[in-house]
Amino acid sequence: MARPLAGHSAMLEGGGGREGADKARDEFFSEAQELIDVLGRDLLVLDEALKKGQFDAESINDVFRGVHTLKGLAGLFGATRMAGLSHQLEDALDDLRLGRIELTAAVLDLLFKAVSLYTRLLTAEKGGLAEPAQEVEELLSALGQVSARRAGATAGTVAQYDLDPGLFGVLTEYEEHRLRTTIQQGLQLYRIRVRFSLATIDSALDELKAAVRPHGEIITYLPTGSGTDAETIDLEILMASAEASEGLREAIQGPNVSIEEVPRRSSSSARPSLLAPRPAEAPVPKEFGAPPVQSASPGGDRARPTFLGIAPQSAAAGASSMGLSRAAAPRAAGPGEISLRSITQTVRVDIRKLDRLMTIVGELAIVKTAIAKLSERARTRAIGPRELALELQRLNRTFDRHLAQMQGGILEVRMVPLGQAFDKLARIVRQISREHAKEVRLVVTGAETEIDKLIVEELSDPLMHMIRNAIDHGIESGEDRLRVGKPPIGTIALNAFQKANHVVIEVEDDGAGMDPAALAAEAVRRGVVSADEAKAMTSRDVVALVFMPGFTTKQVATDLSGRGVGLDVVKTNISKLGGVVDITSEIGIGTKMTITLPITLAIINVLLVEIGARLFAIPLANVDEAIALDETQVRAIESREVLTVRGASLPIARLERLFGMQRLQVGSRRAFVVIAQVADRRLGLVVDELVGQRDIVIKPLGKSLSGTRGFAGATELGDQRVALVIDVAALIEEVLASAETRRLAQIESDESSRRYPALRRA
Amino acid sequence: MRRVLVAEDSVSARAFVRAVLEGPEFASRSGGCEVLEASSGFDAMRLLPRGPYDLIITDINMTDINGLELIRFIRKSAHHATTPLLVISTLRGEQDVERGLALGANGYLGKPFTPEQLREACERLMGDRERARASGPPAGRP
Repeated sequence: MARPLAGHSAMLEGGGGREGADKARDEFFSEAQELIDVLGRDLLVLDEALKKGQFDAESINDVFRGVHTLKGLAGLFGATRMAGLSHQLEDALDDLRLGRIELTAAVLDLLFKAVSLYTRLLTAEKGGLAEPAQEVEELLSALGQVSARRAGATAGTVAQYDLDPGLFGVLTEYEEHRLRTTIQQGLQLYRIRVRFSLATIDSALDELKAAVRPHGEIITYLPTGSGTDAETIDLEILMASAEASEGLREAIQGPNVSIEEVPRRSSSSARPSLLAPRPAEAPVPKEFGAPPVQSASPGGDRARPTFLGIAPQSAAAGASSMGLSRAAAPRAAGPGEISLRSITQTVRVDIRKLDRLMTIVGELAIVKTAIAKLSERARTRAIGPRELALELQRLNRTFDRHLAQMQGGILEVRMVPLGQAFDKLARIVRQISREHAKEVRLVVTGAETEIDKLIVEELSDPLMHMIRNAIDHGIESGEDRLRVGKPPIGTIALNAFQKANHVVIEVEDDGAGMDPAALAAEAVRRGVVSADEAKAMTSRDVVALVFMPGFTTKQVATDLSGRGVGLDVVKTNISKLGGVVDITSEIGIGTKMTITLPITLAIINVLLVEIGARLFAIPLANVDEAIALDETQVRAIESREVLTVRGASLPIARLERLFGMQRLQVGSRRAFVVIAQVADRRLGLVVDELVGQRDIVIKPLGKSLSGTRGFAGATELGDQRVALVIDVAALIEEVLASAETRRLAQIESDESSRRYPALRRA
Repeated sequence: MRRVLVAEDSVSARAFVRAVLEGPEFASRSGGCEVLEASSGFDAMRLLPRGPYDLIITDINMTDINGLELIRFIRKSAHHATTPLLVISTLRGEQDVERGLALGANGYLGKPFTPEQLREACERLMGDRERARASGPPAGRP
């Protein structure tokens, strides 16, 4: 998809203006993505309302505005196809909001389709995939058919109200439509006059809107006054309501608020020009609003005001581009596969959070000044060593405190509610269940649970696959459900909650569940496990086989799950985030998949340990406790070492051996067991020494070591030492995986150094 | 340094305008320019008293106070009655343009537009004003 850049983008970049252009382009991607997300959310609201037989005018207008803005942006930044789609979509939405066509489930389907196409178009624009040209064409023709069904517009009369004729010069078409509609519904018009203080206008306006909403609809806001006052704004708000003025005055009170009825005039005095269906077609009365056109031109040296750039060709052919770079392709899904991941990595932050960070930076600057002064005093020997030490200690404590605040503040900025990922899933559930003729209800709890933005983004796709899987393989058809006495509508529950340093997300369906015997047979048939291995497995282990590569639970793969992504990919993606995914299933009752994730990837608290004289870091979030190793309590069970701790047995792994490291003197040395836990799996890690706790920033191992398993990365400790960070989830996986157990005991040092090459080089 | 107020609810459209007007091309042709951004009609109302401005650019379709309402207000206020005013909007029909100009806008630029079109429009509108200033009291002032 290499489209040449539009000519003028070069002009923008030529003179060194790249930075501004790049920034604008980044803003485009991030704003467009946000608009698309909001569109999806608004459509769901519309869908809900429609199911209850309601028409949600406000949401339709929100959708229209979103598409309208997208159209403008796409045009401005040269995303031609997106602009084209938006244009057609906007027409259809305009018809919808102006009541010219009816909103039906079929029309909503098209709108949902448009949202998913938008995402793909945006990805294509950024350089990820080919544009879904064919699908856009199909959607456009379907939209065209919808618009063709429009009914004739109903022209109401507004003239019965004694309204300022200039009003029609400033209403947008939609505002005008709402005005007509409300009048047709027999509502009374009111004028609310209000004076806002500029300092508090945002909150005051929200309060006013909230007060008005239960009683009527605001048509428009007209600023009045002179515009010279820097303190206040005077507004005239036009509102339609079914209620009497006394009640409204009671409900909408305020120090600077007055409400009056817009009087109806006698029919004879109605001005004929205002009866026109579209007042813009009537000339705007000259006596109102602006001075006559000619004198409005600054300088008055030109008869006509300038009239620029409305050449029709600028719509598509001349669509501008700010040099959208096709570089940095996002890790996109394969062809034909839909990804829910946002293409931008922008976080919108409450300015107050940044203010707090700024305050901390100020505090840190004070510490810095103090250090500078102190070092100057030390240099000139103006301070004794003891006093110097005291001062340094004091400064160090202050510095520590502010740094911790800074870290907390930055983490807070990175946190976003999981709802961001869940909203998109609701759309997917609707789409799949409609395609699939299964009725499915999505019940979400804990959408407000916060997690690192980066994790939310990476979660979208795995969650989507899990939900696809649940609908495809879990939820039975309506008849089947009725036959076994279940309600015909299936339920998928999406629950999120925080548990200590982790966030847990459950995807639970009330479908058919999985039969371990059938699963085991299938696994053997596919060669995923041997018959003997299958026999030795618990039913829980068997169910977990669905996460193995190349495994499908149904004989017939439908078009839904047949899109090439199995649950093994889900598992890999979750592991990359330092999380684990577990599955439990009961025949006839349903299946539950549980994802356990760290809250953030940015800064983690670790336990530093020494193994074979080298330092390693174990994330504290995974550490239950650390105890001294009592070799007498170690027993070998089936070639696996197990330690008895307070009566319970705990599998242990001797990291020195596992990592294939040179053994120091054996025997007399004491050792420790760090009991690590991920989800409900525990493993004792045998280490030589416990060094201490530390906050670290994990750095990736780099390309050449990217295939190394068992390590999450490396970290610098500040004293020029480096430690590898153990990936506890992967290690537990590795050690406990039943198929691996037997081999584990025989790991030769050469094999393990092949598997853990990082150690050889470290 | 000239000051331009941009009322537009899309952050990337504002960034586009800023990139063009604060860019080197515009600076070398027409001198430096400082762009103030208003993200809504209300926001513009807040920034208006902090004028004067050499040019006001506004979108039409904005929630609450729309661009047309803003234009009408600006033209009624003594402070900004003669400030050059450019509309940028996706509404590009003849009626839309007529309406904007009748309310007192001096120029109307349909979206999408190219950086060059925007530069030209702004140059023209600000140039008119300066020429008028240079030749004594503006003839067009009511």
